[in-house]
Amino acid sequence: MLDAIAFYTLAALILAFAIAVITARNPVHSVVFLVINFLAVAIVYIVLGAEFLAMIQVLVYAGGIVVLYLFVVMLVNLKRGPEAHQDPRRQTGAGVGLAVAVLAELTAILAYTGRNPLPAVVPAASARGPGGNTEQLGWLLYTTYLIPFEVASMLLLVAMIGAIVLARKVD
Amino acid sequence: MHFTPITPYHYLLLSAALFSVGVIGVMVRRNIIILFMSIELMFNAVNINLVAFAALYRHEVGQAFAVFVIAVAAAEAAVGLGIILAFYRNKETLNIDEMNLMKG
Amino acid sequence: MRLIWLLPLIPAAGAAVNGLAGVRWFGRAAAGAVACLAMLSAFAVALTASIALIRLPPEARAYDVTLGPWLPPIPLATAHGIGSFAAEWAFRLDPLATVMILVVTGIGLLIHVYATAYMMDEPRGGYARFFCYLNLFCAFMLLLVLASNFLVMFIGWEGVGLCSYLLIGYWYEKGSAATAGRKAFITNRIGDWGFLLGVFGVFHVFGTLDFHAVAQAVSSLPIEQSHFGELSIICLLLFIGATGKSAQIPLFVWLPDAMEGPTPVSALIHAATMVTAGVYMVGRNAVLFQHAPLVLAIIAIVGTLTALMAATIGLVQNDIKRVLAYSTVSQLGYMFLAAGVGAFAASTFHLLTHAFFKALLFLGSGAVIHAMAGEQDMQRMGGLRRFLPVTFVTMMIGALAIAGIPPLAGFFSKDEILLQAFSKNRALWALGSVTALMTAFYMFRLVALTFYGVYRGPSWPRHVPPAVGGPATLSIATAHGVRHPVDPDAHGLAHVPQHDLSHGPAHPVPIGPAAHAHEWHGPHEAPSAMTWPLMALAVGAIVCGFISIPPALGGTNALERFLEPSFGGTPAAATVEHARQPRADAEPATADQASNGREWALMLLAVTLAGAGVAAAWRLYVTRPEIPVRLAARWPGLHSLLWHKYFVDEFYGATLVRSTFASARGLWTFDARVVDGAVNGSGWMTRTVSWFSGIFDRVVVDGLVNFVGWSADEGSLVVRRGQTGLLQNYLLLIVLGVCVFLTVYLFAR
Repeated sequence: MLDAIAFYTLAALILAFAIAVITARNPVHSVVFLVINFLAVAIVYIVLGAEFLAMIQVLVYAGGIVVLYLFVVMLVNLKRGPEAHQDPRRQTGAGVGLAVAVLAELTAILAYTGRNPLPAVVPAASARGPGGNTEQLGWLLYTTYLIPFEVASMLLLVAMIGAIVLARKVD
Repeated sequence: MHFTPITPYHYLLLSAALFSVGVIGVMVRRNIIILFMSIELMFNAVNINLVAFAALYRHEVGQAFAVFVIAVAAAEAAVGLGIILAFYRNKETLNIDEMNLMKG
Repeated sequence: MRLIWLLPLIPAAGAAVNGLAGVRWFGRAAAGAVACLAMLSAFAVALTASIALIRLPPEARAYDVTLGPWLPPIPLATAHGIGSFAAEWAFRLDPLATVMILVVTGIGLLIHVYATAYMMDEPRGGYARFFCYLNLFCAFMLLLVLASNFLVMFIGWEGVGLCSYLLIGYWYEKGSAATAGRKAFITNRIGDWGFLLGVFGVFHVFGTLDFHAVAQAVSSLPIEQSHFGELSIICLLLFIGATGKSAQIPLFVWLPDAMEGPTPVSALIHAATMVTAGVYMVGRNAVLFQHAPLVLAIIAIVGTLTALMAATIGLVQNDIKRVLAYSTVSQLGYMFLAAGVGAFAASTFHLLTHAFFKALLFLGSGAVIHAMAGEQDMQRMGGLRRFLPVTFVTMMIGALAIAGIPPLAGFFSKDEILLQAFSKNRALWALGSVTALMTAFYMFRLVALTFYGVYRGPSWPRHVPPAVGGPATLSIATAHGVRHPVDPDAHGLAHVPQHDLSHGPAHPVPIGPAAHAHEWHGPHEAPSAMTWPLMALAVGAIVCGFISIPPALGGTNALERFLEPSFGGTPAAATVEHARQPRADAEPATADQASNGREWALMLLAVTLAGAGVAAAWRLYVTRPEIPVRLAARWPGLHSLLWHKYFVDEFYGATLVRSTFASARGLWTFDARVVDGAVNGSGWMTRTVSWFSGIFDRVVVDGLVNFVGWSADEGSLVVRRGQTGLLQNYLLLIVLGVCVFLTVYLFAR
């Protein structure tokens, strides 16, 4: 019961702020809505028992990436609005239609498959020992997925260098 | 008031809806920063999916993948925003419609 | 002795220096010095090696040096299974080779020294070129005589032929010299063909090419007394090679023409060394030849006939060098006569003495020609002993030596040959004796015409008043300098034995390639560089006979004993060659005395014949010079026959040369019509086919290629409209794809 209330509330928040992100005129507003969206998603993670991921979501997404966006929005000093010029060949209506169609189809697929019922979602951590979610995830990342983990770190390093090179003022 | 129990289907539906919103954002907006934000939305949709299944199977593998997705998203954001800055320096605009160098 | 392999290399190095650097940069003195120094060191090495060899005991007098492999062993079929065809750079010094290297280096050295003065009028480059050839020739000749197998000998054999060609054609601007060079080369090639076939035969029969191994192998085979077996065939083929190199019937025609070369060349190559290569080769394979008595008989007969024929031709020739050339052919015939009767040592002995006195005579004739500013016709000489005392005396010694007047060298060697011939076959001896008579006659005819009588040559300004021809024409006629040998046919049938004085200046003087630097002031003695070799050779011609005095005169036949090991100690050799040998050891005194008496008688006869020849020449050409004219007039046919050298050249020209030309022309016609026609036809066909394929290429292939390009071009015009460059249009397509995919999934689930 409480689960359901929490889920629906969070789902409504997430979708509402997502729509707000893509409809806001001012990019700064978009960024703010995005932060709220991310926080709501973090709460979903907590509900699903992924406490560590929720922390990451808050720290990295809401704390890091969004600040990056904010910096860029501030750095870019537009003389005319990005939406001012529109190419006549763009098919905005078709795009929206297609996206809605995809959503409808996904819903239909879920409706079909929903006939064979799945057990209710129980937070994973509740079934686990005292180490909790973070320890389990740590074990996984540093044993089974050690090499992907290191690759990801390399990816981040390369991305950092690439970002520096790209954003650098060219002499 | 009676609610059906929350199954992974609910989370999948939420994820699909969030993803569709991201797609629509990418399709409709012309400000490239907003485009990137829409892409972040899609990443989040995927992550919800992964975490939901992790809860279903009571195993943290899905969460581990979500961690990787977040790492890739961070890298994407850093490089993508760097590209935006470089582009802006050259063209003085953020309009995706003016980025048509691949026009045939 | 270990250094004998240096012998061919030293003159070769001299030739290389003169040929590579000398022709361009050396002066005359430097070029001559290089060549003479090379010969001098070669002579020193030869002398050292010879002394070392003579010091050894007689049975150990053979020394082999193998420098290294030349051809790796190749299995090759022979008459007795599979043989291994291998050749090594192997040299062998034995008594025969010792004699030869001493002759080649010693006489070669003297002639080099002589040539430094004789060739002084040549241009600088030509001078170095001449000495390069001379040195190269000596190198090849030493290779030939030192070789210890047939293949190395063949290199020398071909090499001397090549150098002979180069040297005869030394004045290559002159047509007759170039032709004579070609003639010598081609004639030699015919002989070489026989020699090479003989070498093949040797390998086929014995499976080896080493002289020593062949000699040992052949010793165990039976002597082919009556039938003409494989040994005889080999020997005959080798002898054909020898006839080419040593100018015997039927291949002697090149030697007289070879007198187109400079006189030192004639002396070195065409008298002293190269022409003796054939004799040497027969002697080197003495054991082999002794197993083919039929071929030995052929050799004896050919030698005798050659000696006789050349001597008769020599009787009437007027060109001084040509007389000597025929004399050479004749003496070579003697050597083959000796070889043919099995007296290889006598043959080699005569080779040695002949080298001395014939080189002397040629060099003397060179001095005479030098004195006469190029004149070679003896009709236009005479009385020269007043002007050329040294030349006169030395040439007189040479003439006496060749005529066989004791105690000069020719007497001993010729007597030895005639004695051996007498013990073998009386007819051969008789012909040889007649030849000896003629030899004495024509040699003293030469001396008489050249040095005695009145001077019949052209006059010169200082001594004769310009009444005869006028100084202007005279100086033109004589300033042309050294006249080089001219074809006697230029004189032709118009030749008359007596020229008068007025003939001189009017006589057309051909322009020699080298002009005298100074005006000609009449016959004069040669410079000392020419007279010294003459004197040295004269001493040699006097004393070299003494090294092999026959026992009948109290000697020991030292040279023959020395050479004995080289000719193998087979029973045949012992009986044939050393008929006298047992007697020298310990035979009954009666046989000794009877034999000695016969020998004395033969000697006396020979000397008498020689004296008669001298006397006849003296009477006919000094005291009664009109007799020869009358004789020629009385027997015009005979005279014409001799004058034209038995028409051998004409015969060869009419038969062999013309048929060769005719067949060559036929082949040329065939080539022009059929071969060229086929080639041109195929060319035309190729062109036509390629024209068609060109059309096909342009229309079909190019059409296809262009169509592909055109269609891609047009198609891209249509397709590019889809490429808007708008990112979101592309994304639209992606979403569309996802949508289609999901639809398919939904309905086809």
